[in-house]
Amino acid sequence: MIKDQEFLKDIASYCIENSKKLGATDVGVKVIHSVSENVSFRNKKLDESNRADSFAVNLTTYIEKKKSSINSSDLSKSNLEKLIERCIDATKITPSDENNSLPDKDLMSKEIRDLNLYDETHYPNDKKIEFLKKVEETASTDEKIVNTEAGFTENKNNFILANSNGFLSGYKTSNFSSSCVAVSKINGAMERDYEFGSTRFLQDMMKPEEIGKIAADKAIKKLGPKKIKSEKIGVIFDKRISKGILSTLATAISASAIARGTSFLKDQINSEVFPNSINIIDDPKIEKGLGSQNFDSEGVETNSLKLVENGILKNYLIDTYYGKKLNLKSNGRSGGTTNLYFENGTLSFKDLLNSEKKFLYITETIGHGGNIITGDYSVGASGFMVEDGELTYPVSEITIAGNFKEMFKNITLANDLEMKYSTNAPTLLINQMTVAGK
Amino acid sequence: MSNFFKDTDIDTSQAEAIVTETLKNCDDGELYLENHKSESIVLDDNKIKSSTYNSDQGYGFRAVTGEVVAYSHSNDISKQSLIKSSENLKDTLKSKKGTYNHEIPKTNSKYYENINPIESKTFDSKIDLLNSVNNYLRSKGSIVNQVTANFLGEHKSIEIIRSDNQVLKDDRPLVRFNVSVVLEKDGKKETGIYGVGGRQSYDDYLKDGSWKDVCDEAFRIANVNLESKPAPAGEMKVVLGPGWPAILIHEAIGHGLEGDFNRKKTSAFHNLMGQQVASEGVTIVDDGTLHQRRGSLTIDDEGTPTENTVLIENGILKNYMQDRLNARLMGTKSTGSGRRESYKHVVLPRMRNTMMLSGKYSQDEMISSVNKGIFAVSFGGGQVDITSGKFVFNCTEAYEINNGKIGSPIKGATLIGDGPSILKEVSLVGNDMKLDPGIGTCGKAGQGVPVGVAQPSILINKMTVGGTKL
Repeated sequence: MIKDQEFLKDIASYCIENSKKLGATDVGVKVIHSVSENVSFRNKKLDESNRADSFAVNLTTYIEKKKSSINSSDLSKSNLEKLIERCIDATKITPSDENNSLPDKDLMSKEIRDLNLYDETHYPNDKKIEFLKKVEETASTDEKIVNTEAGFTENKNNFILANSNGFLSGYKTSNFSSSCVAVSKINGAMERDYEFGSTRFLQDMMKPEEIGKIAADKAIKKLGPKKIKSEKIGVIFDKRISKGILSTLATAISASAIARGTSFLKDQINSEVFPNSINIIDDPKIEKGLGSQNFDSEGVETNSLKLVENGILKNYLIDTYYGKKLNLKSNGRSGGTTNLYFENGTLSFKDLLNSEKKFLYITETIGHGGNIITGDYSVGASGFMVEDGELTYPVSEITIAGNFKEMFKNITLANDLEMKYSTNAPTLLINQMTVAGK
Repeated sequence: MSNFFKDTDIDTSQAEAIVTETLKNCDDGELYLENHKSESIVLDDNKIKSSTYNSDQGYGFRAVTGEVVAYSHSNDISKQSLIKSSENLKDTLKSKKGTYNHEIPKTNSKYYENINPIESKTFDSKIDLLNSVNNYLRSKGSIVNQVTANFLGEHKSIEIIRSDNQVLKDDRPLVRFNVSVVLEKDGKKETGIYGVGGRQSYDDYLKDGSWKDVCDEAFRIANVNLESKPAPAGEMKVVLGPGWPAILIHEAIGHGLEGDFNRKKTSAFHNLMGQQVASEGVTIVDDGTLHQRRGSLTIDDEGTPTENTVLIENGILKNYMQDRLNARLMGTKSTGSGRRESYKHVVLPRMRNTMMLSGKYSQDEMISSVNKGIFAVSFGGGQVDITSGKFVFNCTEAYEINNGKIGSPIKGATLIGDGPSILKEVSLVGNDMKLDPGIGTCGKAGQGVPVGVAQPSILINKMTVGGTKL
């Protein structure tokens, strides 16, 4: 059973009171309890079952402008007492930083809206097993599929965030997720692909047959890939990876990267960064949203924010500390973005594929080849060639490369946005990237 | 006696009884207890950005029968919690019947001392050193735009209670010291990152001003990159420098030789045992027994003593890396490669220190043999698709080679290759094997564990370089 708010509040209050007693001038604390149950299958047989029951306390103490933190999983008061003492000792000898402080009181979240983030339904392991059987049965219908793995995870969380200015709030969240990985084989060579669903409510989960079928179809389609010649070509990003462009943007416009001067978008506020058809929104208040929240990790109220409007960069993602450095108020983005998405484009997926004679369509990238400071980008990729609007053959062992500044300005969006993750993008085309192959 | 049950409502013998009772019809399993202390102190932007101390303790209770793993973990070490976990495990395995394998090798070797690096250097002196790093680097001129430096230290005590009261223990220190510098010149910015670490105290790595060497190296890399030109795109010859570039071996070969992927036949190597998978001069081992190295372990996280496992000998595939579960199912023995990030994670077969051994050629011979290619000296991270065998890694310091001579530095590019065939493309193996500086963390199934790598310089006949210049 997940612990109730009173239990967590009691520990949070204990931490604040004791820290103040020992000399803290300000205190911030988060207490979390989570219970997670996971079942995984392989080749239609039970492979693993895993139950996790975890507590965490994250405490930050301030003495004027000095700051230090501790984290612990042991909630016993005897342990906390020792750790608080250690935290205060470290705080005393840590050099001051004029930007260290709790958030402004008037920015704090005042009321909790029920965003429908908690489903109390418990899905017993026997049910998870039945679900996974169906996933794998569907996934392994075709004889080219030689291996399947599937998993179902149920998470329940409760937390309290508190500080010495009187903020004390928290709520429960839940998450159900299921995945299937299928391995296909032909002439001794194998390919792997997957499908994945994640929801706040059990009833919204994809059908098991759908998860299995998509994973298998994708793995089979990838068989017999070719390595293509190096060339400049338009690259279409499948929805599974197009959201990565937004994650890069989020890192580059975080107040920390801007204040430290380590972003390729430094000094680009109110400048045109994308084509003028593009709008990018971060909305924390979407019902059942996977990235939804009432307040950020400091307790600051969060509201919907237009990061990019008509192609122009309008907002950074600001927390208290780096906000002070930039002389800007926190906009409730300590901890990053919430539900981040591109507004839909105008072209249908089909029209996008038909907009030129030839494209490279990428379904997967590997490696971490994005440099936030310079904007240089180079990653391994696999996908398909598109000729006259049709996917003609699979492609692998190639790289795609460019610079984000250029790539952002050459984006065309399709109109097939789905809210499947916390960061979501429609299929998108980036004109003229360098593909390295043979 | 165990320290884990002090201040709890349960004693060691009661816990042992629960373990023995829970595992009586299982093939394997254990109660894994862990106490983990760690610290992170970060200097950034001229300030001590954060100082954090973490204290984590808990258990992971595992029961294994056939191919099925039942796992339950909690940070509540109490009678009630253990009984609940036990019931959970028994319920998962209720229809299975196994025979417990009590055999586990013993060792008297130790590859590191039981020290707590966090306590062996005062907080004040750590702060002082971070400030010295900042001042030292910034004194190199106004070209220095940003300096980040940090200490990461930890001490982990583990205890493994197996059926019938077998108890195995280990205490593991680990430190890392990193410096990152951003330089700016003529509107262009570049980063240089360098770090050192291993299973000793901080001062073993930083004494006598050797921290300045770490700063100088980070500065040198950033400086080289300021002069970098766009990287070429396409297939060409690649010379890899010694040491850290061995993450190519780790990604391209290492993961594909982990027992689980081969038992499940999802690795591109699963049907290649005993076959030629590399050029004749290539020998690769995975060694957990090197003194004080980042990837070394006295015992693995199942209690098996680690060893030096030969993976590829003169080009022939000899062994996979095994934990107990995969070894049992494949009819072989654990190689002491069973690892987990923490008590919250199940055991998987993992690498320790993966090394390609020296051959007979000099780096100069390699470079002078290349007409058009690149010379890669250092890398960021890498990744592999086990099933298709395709792997990548990102250059952080690389140069063009033209007509046998090293030319201009090139921008960070991704290199991509095919794991099962790349080692057949290794045409020269250098005589200059070097260990990495002790900074690697390997990720698999969401679990990060410290690892090491080593290699001599090598010449690869053909690899795809992912630059922008056609």
